[in-house]
Amino acid sequence: MHLHLLGKTNIDFIGKRNISFVISSIIAILGIIGLVQITRGAANMGIDFSGGTSMQLKFAKPIAMADARTALHKHGIARVDLQEIKEGNKLLIKIDKNAGAAVGKSADAVKASFTSEFADNPYVVESTTEIGPSIGDKLRKDTLVAVAISLLGIILYIAWRFDFKFGIGATVATIHDCLAMFAVFYLFNKEINLLFITAVLTIAGYSLTDTVVVFDRIRENLHKNLKGAMQTIFNESINEVLSRTIVTSTTVFLAAASLFLFGGEVIHDFSLALLVGVLVGTYSSVFVASPIVVLLENRALAKQGSKA
Amino acid sequence: MPKGIGWRIGLIGIFVLLSFLYLTPTLVSKLPSWWSVLPKDKIHLGLDLQGGTHLVLEVDTQKAVEGTLDIVATDLEDTLTGKNLHFKRISRTGSDAVTVVLYEKGTADAVQKLLKDKYPTYEQSPLHDEGGFVALSLRVNEKDAQDRKDKAVQQALETIRNRIDQFGVSEPIIQREGINHIVVQLPGIKDPQRAIELIGRTARLEFKMVREDIPPSAVTIPDDAEIMKEKSVDAATGAVSEVPYVLQKKSLITGDLLTDAQVRIDSQFNQPYVAIDFNSLGAKLFDQVTAANVGKRFAIVLDNNIYSAPVIRERISGGSAQISGNFTEKTASDLAIVLRAGALPAPVKIIQNVTVGPSLGQDSINKGLMAGLIGVVLVVVFMAIYYKLSGMVANVGMVLNVIYLMGALAAMGATLTLPGIAAIVLLIGMSVDSNVLIFERIREELALGKSPKAALDAGYDKAFLTIMDSHITTLITAAVLFQFGTGPVKGFAVSLSLGVIINLFTSLIGTKVTFDLFLHKGTVKNMSI
Repeated sequence: MHLHLLGKTNIDFIGKRNISFVISSIIAILGIIGLVQITRGAANMGIDFSGGTSMQLKFAKPIAMADARTALHKHGIARVDLQEIKEGNKLLIKIDKNAGAAVGKSADAVKASFTSEFADNPYVVESTTEIGPSIGDKLRKDTLVAVAISLLGIILYIAWRFDFKFGIGATVATIHDCLAMFAVFYLFNKEINLLFITAVLTIAGYSLTDTVVVFDRIRENLHKNLKGAMQTIFNESINEVLSRTIVTSTTVFLAAASLFLFGGEVIHDFSLALLVGVLVGTYSSVFVASPIVVLLENRALAKQGSKA
Repeated sequence: MPKGIGWRIGLIGIFVLLSFLYLTPTLVSKLPSWWSVLPKDKIHLGLDLQGGTHLVLEVDTQKAVEGTLDIVATDLEDTLTGKNLHFKRISRTGSDAVTVVLYEKGTADAVQKLLKDKYPTYEQSPLHDEGGFVALSLRVNEKDAQDRKDKAVQQALETIRNRIDQFGVSEPIIQREGINHIVVQLPGIKDPQRAIELIGRTARLEFKMVREDIPPSAVTIPDDAEIMKEKSVDAATGAVSEVPYVLQKKSLITGDLLTDAQVRIDSQFNQPYVAIDFNSLGAKLFDQVTAANVGKRFAIVLDNNIYSAPVIRERISGGSAQISGNFTEKTASDLAIVLRAGALPAPVKIIQNVTVGPSLGQDSINKGLMAGLIGVVLVVVFMAIYYKLSGMVANVGMVLNVIYLMGALAAMGATLTLPGIAAIVLLIGMSVDSNVLIFERIREELALGKSPKAALDAGYDKAFLTIMDSHITTLITAAVLFQFGTGPVKGFAVSLSLGVIINLFTSLIGTKVTFDLFLHKGTVKNMSI
């Protein structure tokens, strides 16, 4: 006997589209709000996009955030964003590019203030990142172009391999997944940086893979069964590949989860983005992509019917 | 044995051997001498993993053009003086022209002709009146200016490379990016702050006479003089004091006439200083200047800061001099390096600096590897439980995947970054996906009552297109990421796209041949899937 996570299923995925559309709309709206805030610079932007300085210090003894802030204020660094990493007494310091100092000066100022204020608590600088504003602008532009081009490439490929309606379905599902990741990161006030964008693009590819697998089966069944109702064929196809969808998502999820739990702070947020993306990508290939195609196909059929 | 199995197994074997061959330089710290003909590239660790500094410098190329024009102006002054053509003023105006102001029309005509001969590529303006004097300007044309800018970046790159080589960093990467950016990567560097200062310094050395006839407190100073300061730091208290001097603007000797600079220790005060040697032209000039100015003061100026302003006690004709100041051994040796390597043709500005300390890098490697290992184990266990023996075949395919990927990365001399490790871990999850697709198909075919062999072939056939589609979509994203990404993201894209291609091979050929080997006789009744 084969081991099955689930037996032969017969779930009416397409019929639940009203529910899923409501859920997805909420996700999408949140994502759009997040995206707008991000473009306005009102979200927690990483310095690779906003310009500025970020440092990670490791102290010998625990250090209170309030004390650290006071020390920095005392030395003229007013606008500073502090974050504590409990494990190993680490402190993440982010300084806005508008804080005054030129590239290279903020880091020195931070070092000077901690050296003089916490003489009994020595530290090492684990990392320093300083980005001039011109780089941030260039990066933001390049990133937008990258996202646009890869989405376009994928849509064209799907449209060529299937047909235009599938292309729309896949695109909407992919955008939906990207928006969901933006929504989560915006709501949890996680940093939007280059790594996050990388995660988004990766998930765009992954979610598409998922959608393509479902579409492939739908196309195969449409060829076999020309007379059946659109909705039935779609439902059958999704049910047929459901165990594959779940098994694959599980393996990718396991890998991403181990990155999230054991990969260290540098890729912590990156793997969180991947985790969210895997979940949403799986959901969207079943509940978003296919129902949209059904909707479009039915509308096309209705049009043909009214003409005849 | 059915046909086709032999060459496929051979191919898999050859790839495994190749992978290990390419991986050897990465895994072995010291290669034997006979290795010389074999591949030597290895996987480099990104700065985020081994620690180090990544800098993006912007060359202020406009300043290089202005510098050239300043030289033209000085040159013209000398030429006109030599030819007894009287002028009121010659100076650079704006960022792209030199203006000559003359007393009378007669000289102007002679100057016009001279300029045409001497600077044929410059555009000459017609004569015009300027406050009762005759003026004309010499404008550098757009193409020459571009040329100069381009050369400036190239020179800056060479100079920086020189400095870094002398500073001693293993495997630095110094390359030009775009029009006026230079990317510098210094892996594993211990003292990044010092390196940054060394690289970013313009290091323009000048010897100028001190105008002792004008007090530094004077309200107005003549056009041909300027005020500069000598900074000194009290070693005991750390207090900085500044002494202003009035200097002649025109420099007598510049740093490009040096042949060598070395750190020496003053035996009397045990204080380090930098000994410099001039080339023959420099030695001659230095000889003349010191002979003509005994008893006067001159200043040694570096990047508009006075290092010292000693009094010339006697004529110095040996062609060597010394720069003393408040040096520590480190600052003296850094100064010697920048003087030997030469000045930058234009100032550079650091617009990006990413520095990762070695401890964080090691921490990242350990955690990344640990996370990867746990990810592999989880996936292996899951597949083995869910698909039993077939799952183990998929696991073997996955291990092949990782070996091939590492081999390919080594062959390319690629750089492994933390996101790169993440891509590999992610790939482990995705690499079994192709097999899952195939296995689910096979299960369906088996459920229809087909024999294991028939189910196997049908499963692979039907899953083929789906696998192609899914891999190509991922490849599109990876290619775009590679094109537009920088640093770590690029590393991610490289790992991801290589992984996708390799995965196609292992899932369609690697695991298939294993099944064929067991099932080709068609006698197997039950498939462990």
